[in-house]
Amino acid sequence: MIPRPWAVSTERNRAIPMGETMSNAVTSFYDTPFPARFRGVWSWLFTLDHKRIALLYLGAATFWFIIAVVLGFLVRMELMTPGRTIMGAETYNAAFTLHGVIMIFLFVIPAMPAIFGNFLLPIQIGTDDVFFPKLNLLSWYLYMLGGALAIVSLFADGPPDTGWTFYVPFSVSTQTNVGLTLTAAFILGLSSMLTGLNFITTVHRMRVPGMGWLQIPLFTWSLYATAWVQLLATPVLSITLLLVVFERVFGTGLFDPARGGDPVLYQHLFWMYSHPAVYIMILPGMGVISEIIPVFSRKSIFGYKAIVGSSIGIATAGSLVWAHHMFTSGMSDVAVFVFSFLTFIVAVPSAIKVFSWVSTMYKGSILMTPPLFFALCFIYLFSVGGLTGLVLGAAGPNIQVHDTHFVVAHFHFVMFGGTGFSFFAGLHFWWPKMFGRMYHFKRAYLSAILIVTGFMLHYVPMFILGLQGMPRRYYDYLEQFAPGNFFAGLGALIMVPGLFLMVINLMVSLKQPVDAPADPWGGTTLEWSVPSPPPLHNFIERPRPGKYPYDFSRVRTP
Amino acid sequence: MGSHHDTVGARTGMWLFLYTEIMLFGGLFVLYSAYYRMHAQAFISTGQELDTVLGSVNTVILLVSSFLVAAAITAVQRSQTKGAMALLTGAVLLGMVFLANKYLEWGHKFHLGIYPGSPGLEDSPPGRIVFYGLYYTITGLHALHIVMGMVLLIVCIAMIGFGRIQKERFLLLENCGLYWHLVDLIWIFIFPLFYLIL
Repeated sequence: MIPRPWAVSTERNRAIPMGETMSNAVTSFYDTPFPARFRGVWSWLFTLDHKRIALLYLGAATFWFIIAVVLGFLVRMELMTPGRTIMGAETYNAAFTLHGVIMIFLFVIPAMPAIFGNFLLPIQIGTDDVFFPKLNLLSWYLYMLGGALAIVSLFADGPPDTGWTFYVPFSVSTQTNVGLTLTAAFILGLSSMLTGLNFITTVHRMRVPGMGWLQIPLFTWSLYATAWVQLLATPVLSITLLLVVFERVFGTGLFDPARGGDPVLYQHLFWMYSHPAVYIMILPGMGVISEIIPVFSRKSIFGYKAIVGSSIGIATAGSLVWAHHMFTSGMSDVAVFVFSFLTFIVAVPSAIKVFSWVSTMYKGSILMTPPLFFALCFIYLFSVGGLTGLVLGAAGPNIQVHDTHFVVAHFHFVMFGGTGFSFFAGLHFWWPKMFGRMYHFKRAYLSAILIVTGFMLHYVPMFILGLQGMPRRYYDYLEQFAPGNFFAGLGALIMVPGLFLMVINLMVSLKQPVDAPADPWGGTTLEWSVPSPPPLHNFIERPRPGKYPYDFSRVRTP
Repeated sequence: MGSHHDTVGARTGMWLFLYTEIMLFGGLFVLYSAYYRMHAQAFISTGQELDTVLGSVNTVILLVSSFLVAAAITAVQRSQTKGAMALLTGAVLLGMVFLANKYLEWGHKFHLGIYPGSPGLEDSPPGRIVFYGLYYTITGLHALHIVMGMVLLIVCIAMIGFGRIQKERFLLLENCGLYWHLVDLIWIFIFPLFYLIL
């Protein structure tokens, strides 16, 4: 018997007798292909329905996520003992490069905007689709094309071995198939850029009448801020990657010191995109948390405007800090000082969000559920990731820990503990909305506990290894680093089964009948006012947004 | 589904796309300014090897073609179908002339043995190699945009012919026109950087 804590009644739910659900009354988008002439698999491959496109992304991104997890796991197994453990050095280089490239470009950057954004943004603002549905489908095909090229690059001329940053001069001189991987990243960038373009236009033009800028739910707000970064930063990466391709094909010499070029300029251009890109990765995750915390605290979000402002603040300030990746690359001291200072500035809006989430819970009526559990893990892990980011942002300590495992631990705390956990939280939060089914709670908790325990054991030793001076990306290491690497591997052995348990638990739920109520949690934003799963045009009648998106006065807990 | 009659929204989308194009070339202009600072003397002496006359002619050609596109939009608004098609054809032809000039210019340089990786260029001072690297990258990428713009304009001509673009429905033409103007505008920045100020 599956526990059903979602049977908390809200006013809206009480109208529906338990066991019988709204979904039965309305045909869901699963049974209504759009355009209507397509059937079966074609109704998915040619769909213009934002919800189906979101699920297409979900399927593809899950595939990539599992591949990258396995690659990362193999890297850690290799490092578990000194010397050769399970693979040779060449394979190791390829494995960590692909782990990075796939995780960053095929999972972390696209996952949240493309899956949750596509599914929920139109519903949260009370409309029936994104502004450019065809462009939306095109983005998915570009995403698939980029992914396919990434696979092909594995088998032609040997997999790339540059790391996901493609630093020159190595990326120009290496004989492996970097050109194809660069092209893949270029196409994936285009896909992400078009999604951003679509979201900005949608938010500007398609909000339901009555929804002003300060009635927009915070998840949509975070996507809107993200979309601007996607739009304005991605082209810089595109041109940079293109230049490396030119460099390899024609030998233009733009980054070659022998011919008057400057490799450090490559790093500037690369990070001009790729640092803002980490905010593309984290901002939507912060939006997810901003939705989950108030719902399960039964309390209006603390500092709505502050969170909106900090989203924009992060997007703006985050675009001005790129050179903190290059403190040891030979910049002027003035530049180091300025970028170090700006990096500290970014911490402020991020901290505002953390304070707002914690303050929301204060004196709230907290209902523990798997989404909230993941969200709480997020707050802790993200805070650790953020604070260690300050260690790296400070010019002095940076010199000590630059390019060591400290950096690896820091960005995994932010990217995995932050983005990853908020993705899992969102997945458990909106799963009943997307599929109309609830999952097994105990297994969800168990998976979360395994992941977070393994996570700590996995990454905390890396902080210590980094402080002791173990460089990142090295195949082999000194005897003194052996215990740390061993514990990290042990953490992976706990974490990876947890991840698989989570995925399997969600998959198993799909076998159940569609029986989730429209509003299983007692949420207040518009997506909880429509059936689960929603009908083709999302709303049966035109939604009436409240004055304030987080008004819980009508939601009751038993 | 969707909002197919919201022309403001569709134009917004186009403007957003144009921003991305500006950022794309912006990255190259950043490189230009950094390398100009590093190799000012070499840039100045090499810049004089470019043919200012050919560059000026190309600038005039693009400005006139932009005017023709703008005029074509007005013609469509006045339901002068044939006039609009003629004007757009003129713009496409001017685009071809631009590319022909570019072909001559590049061909001449190739003939002199100046192209990326050529033995003639490899012996030059570093600033000169970087200058030509930027020259070929930027003008090449711009020429590619001209080609894409021409394809879009040809699509518009066909759409006008089929009656899909008309007095009340000229959004596609307007957006393609915006793209053409942007490509033109980017040239307005490329031209002085390579031909005039050096």
